[in-house]
Order: sequence, then C-alpha cells, then structure tokens
Amino acid sequence: MVSNLTATAPQLKLTPLNNAHRQMGGRMVDFGGWDMPVQYPAGTIEEHLRTRTHAGLFDVSHMGEIDVRGPEAIAFVNGLTSNDVTKLVDGQAQYSALTTEKGTVIDDLLVYRLSADHLLLVVNASTTDKDWQWISSHHAGEAVELKNVSSDYCQLALQGPDAINILQKLTDLPLTEIKYYHFMTGKVDGIDSIVSRTGYTGEDGFEVYAAPQHAEQLWAKILDAGNLGADDGVLPCGLAARNTLRLEAGMALYGNDIDETTTLFEANLGWICKLDKGEFIGRDALAQQKAAGVKRKLVGFEVTDRGIARDHQDVVIDDQRVGTVTSGSPAPYLKRNIGLAYVPIEHANVGQEISIDVRGRLVRAQLVKTPFYKRPK
Amino acid sequence: MANVPEDLHYSKDHEWVRVEGDQAVIGITDYAQNSLGDVVYVELPKTGEEFAANEPFGSVESVKAVSEVFTPVAGSIVTINESLADEPEKVNSDPYGEGWMIRLKMANPGDVDSLLTAAEYEDFTKAESE
Repeated sequence: MVSNLTATAPQLKLTPLNNAHRQMGGRMVDFGGWDMPVQYPAGTIEEHLRTRTHAGLFDVSHMGEIDVRGPEAIAFVNGLTSNDVTKLVDGQAQYSALTTEKGTVIDDLLVYRLSADHLLLVVNASTTDKDWQWISSHHAGEAVELKNVSSDYCQLALQGPDAINILQKLTDLPLTEIKYYHFMTGKVDGIDSIVSRTGYTGEDGFEVYAAPQHAEQLWAKILDAGNLGADDGVLPCGLAARNTLRLEAGMALYGNDIDETTTLFEANLGWICKLDKGEFIGRDALAQQKAAGVKRKLVGFEVTDRGIARDHQDVVIDDQRVGTVTSGSPAPYLKRNIGLAYVPIEHANVGQEISIDVRGRLVRAQLVKTPFYKRPK
Repeated sequence: MANVPEDLHYSKDHEWVRVEGDQAVIGITDYAQNSLGDVVYVELPKTGEEFAANEPFGSVESVKAVSEVFTPVAGSIVTINESLADEPEKVNSDPYGEGWMIRLKMANPGDVDSLLTAAEYEDFTKAESE
C-alpha cells in the first residue's frame, strides 16, 4: 500500500541544507527534480500547527533567483510582468506574474527592488529554467544585464507569530520596522543577508536570503534561537506543511492552481494585473477578458460530507462535470477538508453546493470565501 | 525501527493479519503507518461485503496522500473498526491494537500460508527502504 518510499536518485538537485535535513530525520522526496524534505519526525500536522501558533522554519533554497541590473531594469521587467514595477521603492517587494500573450501564467514571482537599477526576481523552483529562457529570450537591446543567480542564494523562511522575536535575537536590523512586503539588507548572525517580511503561510514571518555556504549556520542558529525541542519552540517544516499552510491561507500554487492554461483573472489575481500601467506581454488579452468577463473562476470549497477532496478530481453540479479541483487537502488548523477548484462563473458563488468525485464516490461540498484562514491581527 | 509482532502474518503491501479461529483481523503495519505520516481519514467497507485475496477493501489518507489497503486473505466482513471514523490517528498510535481495520470470516484459511512471517517481513522492509 505504500508506494512513495523510493530511495533518492543520485541525479536530484540538492539544496545546501540536504545533510541537515537528513540528520534531522527529514523524509526526502523528489520534488520537481529537487531532493527535499516532505516532513520531519514531528509530522505534517504538528509542523503546520506549530507554524500557526509559534514558528516554523522552511528550507526554500530550491527557489530560483534572477538578477536584473542596469538603467532599464525596471522598464524591462515591467514589460514582462503584470504588476506595476514602477510603483516599487527601494527595499520593497511585489507579488507579480510572468504572463503569456494570452494572459495566462508562465510563473508567479516576487520582484525585489534593491535599487532603481537593480531588481531581484524570485521564481518557483520547477519553473526556474523555463523562466530564465523566457526572460532572456525577450532581452532585445535594453540596457540590462541578466543573470541566473539561483545557485548564489540559500533561502530560509521563518514563519509564525514568534518569527520576529526569534530572528531578532540574531540580527541588529530593526525587524519591527520592516513592513509587510518590504525588506532590508544586513547581517543575520554575522552573515550578509536580505531579510524580507514575506512568506507563503498566511502568518507573519521572514524570508532570509544569503550565500549558500552559510545555509547550515543560519539553519542551526535560527532553530537554536527558536528553542527547538521545546513544546512552544520552532519546528523545521517540510513541503507538506508548506502546502497545507498556503492552502489554508488561500494562496495559489503554481502548477496546481495557476499555469499556462489559466489567466490571472480566472485565478482571482486581478489585483496583480495593472492594465493601465503601460504595455506588457498579455495585456491585450487580459483587457479583453476583463471587459468580456471570465467564463470560469478559481473558488474555495469546504467538504461537507465525510471525505477528502484531492488534486485533479472532478467537480460535479447537477450531474454535469463542470470543473476540476486544483488543490485539495485536509486543513490541519481549521480541521476541515478544503480545496480550490475552477468552476463555471455562473456557479462561482459562495454557498453554491457542489459535489466532488472522490475516486468514484460523489462527496458534497460548498463554496466558501477565501482565504479559508486569516491570522488574528 | 518499526515494530513487527511475532504472532502476526504480513503482506508485501504492508498489511498484517491476526488469525482467530476462522476469522482474520487486518490492519496496516507500524512501518506502513510511519511511512504514511499522520492518518486523517480511513475509509472502510460495510459488514457483509465480500473480498477476494489481495483486493482493496478501503483506503487510508494522510495529509499528503491516499493509499488503498488490500485484504491479504479472501472473506466476508464481520465487523469494521468504526472508531476510526472519529479517531483515525489510532492507526498511527497503535497500528496492531486499536488501529485495527477489519475483521473478516475467511473464505479460504489457507490464504495465510502464502503470507510473510514476522522475520521475513522485517527483511522485506529493510530491503525496501534501502
């Protein structure tokens, strides 16, 4: 009955924390070509709950980074992404998307403005090569220098209500002064870092970028500062908890909820789609879709029967298969079974009853507002 | 290391079988529950349903994944462990005790002869995790 126990193939890519994960008992899996911990001995549920109530530490060094430098850096990236890069100030980050001519999503990403002529793009691990090809193929004489710097960074995400106090023990940077989606550069435990108040869990928290040779030191020091081992201490968290945390927070996962077949408006990402900012790839298609209205929409649902909806299962309304679950999972903090699905726009209303085909059994569910979880202020 | 009680029979799909007269009690092994992670849902058949050997009788779900469970012996369901509906975590905490899944009346008690002994199962899991 257990099929996911395959030993690690040697050609998988490793983050600089691979040994640390193995030493801590991380269960390693092939995640898009990366050898990554899906969970540690505490288990996914405990990792998820600890992040909501105290703090969780995630190795996200597999994420890609692309450096864009030069006098036309902002204009160049603005032409490739849907959000408005000109609105950023130094020390600010922005959630955005690389879009196709059709307004569908090549990747979602963070755009960091280090200075007026220096941006750092942080992209998904499995799409880094594709993004790099796309971005560099659109470089046609603009005064920018592009560099895939993915292997120059480790990235650690410390998330949860205690994250700020833990990280503050290791840095003189005034963390309370870093606003959400802003960052500072400085030392963390003596190591040059970018410290960004961002994350993928729905909690307050930080993402720390540094040179990969310092990853093990940062990892160990943060766990130590977070009182690893105590009932209210930090826990190292795997990809399974990362997924359930982001789903409770209603955040889209590239490859599941958004991809090159889904447009930004269908995915409820109209808020990162600035049609009046000037020309960018996909703008015309997106403007047309906005005017005409979308035919389907990404919605949140909660299972009301016993049963768990899973990725790729069909959504059924009035005996018709009308859509697909793109993310479905138990929600460990909410203790409900939730998911995201595309449904036709005429059914995309909170309260709509749907069924989900769970391996041949129709399980009832109801559309609900997203995010499913919102942290207390 | 995973706990493998001496007195049970084991399948290569990681189920255990305890023979009690002409009945068999079936669950998943310690090794299996550990590999799955936190069990959050168990789907079991109804009393009276009949299964051939090696046929799936239900499923076990962790946060991350769904796995079918197979009956290593043929028979009809006498009872199921209804407490797993509300306390699926028993499969993790006590896989050979309170985490049992089904009790069936064996159609062919000889089915157990083809199953692994505790020692054989232990060797099998060692080989699988290498």
